[in-house]
Amino acid sequence: MWIFLLSDPFIFSCLLISYMTVRMSTTDPWPNPSEVFGLTLFGKSIPLLLIAIMTFVLISSSGTMAMAVKFGYEKNRRMTFILLLCTAALGATFVGMQAFEWTKLIVHEGIRPWGNPLGAAQFGAAFFMITGFHGTHVSIGVIFLLITATKVIRGDLDHERPGFMTGRKGKYEIVEIMGLYWHFVDLVWVFIFAVFYLW
Amino acid sequence: MAAHVEGQQHPIGIYLKIWGLLFVLSTASYLVDYFHFQGYLRWFLIILFMLLKAGLIVAVFMHMLWERLALMYAILVPTVLLMVLLGIGALEADYTFLTRGVFFLKGLF
Repeated sequence: MWIFLLSDPFIFSCLLISYMTVRMSTTDPWPNPSEVFGLTLFGKSIPLLLIAIMTFVLISSSGTMAMAVKFGYEKNRRMTFILLLCTAALGATFVGMQAFEWTKLIVHEGIRPWGNPLGAAQFGAAFFMITGFHGTHVSIGVIFLLITATKVIRGDLDHERPGFMTGRKGKYEIVEIMGLYWHFVDLVWVFIFAVFYLW
Repeated sequence: MAAHVEGQQHPIGIYLKIWGLLFVLSTASYLVDYFHFQGYLRWFLIILFMLLKAGLIVAVFMHMLWERLALMYAILVPTVLLMVLLGIGALEADYTFLTRGVFFLKGLF
């Protein structure tokens, strides 16, 4: 897992570095993310509100995941299952909010990968590529969280039943490996949040 | 750490504390935007909070603190190399911006 976790940052950093290069070298003004991603609540416009909520949702899911790993090592089947489900639910919430955000940008503000009415044409390409790639990671993570949770509650890990396409005995280590992946997804969001939304 | 028969055991408090800390840091970085800090102060604060959060997640949630040294180096050294690539990219971007300014927007300079 650590090897994957080393190669994946390279992919993400390729995306982020090319985003930086594109943003620094364009001669058109870059759209102000603080305004683009603002939400209007009760007639008042609050900058970046949705993104802030998404950040808190993802951090919370990381917290529940860490505790799921802890209870997994204690072989507490019930608590591990519940916390894994919480993590999956928070992850699904995150993807849902991202879908809402994309809809808002595409339908209401007319942002496309090849151009937008707000400024530099590269904005759309960078935004959809980076957040889309991250959203894909979250979606895959949710699917695997559900698979892991099912294994835990069925007792596959307690009875050391081999998993799908492997002869290895089931162990609670898979919860930790799932956790590593999930924390990594959260980690990437920390970087995206900082350099894309706040910058 | 001693031999991991049952894997790693840490009190639940440490996870809750780190969780709280991550919330505080996220709020802080959100406030940077909310109060419209600009220029170098903004960039410094954003990067500071970003690195602190990343460090906490990797060190505690991913248990890097308790891993062996070889793994730490194997993961962290290539990441540092990425930062070098980032710097090279920034230099190149500045140069592209300059040439675009010179050739396409004569009025800019």
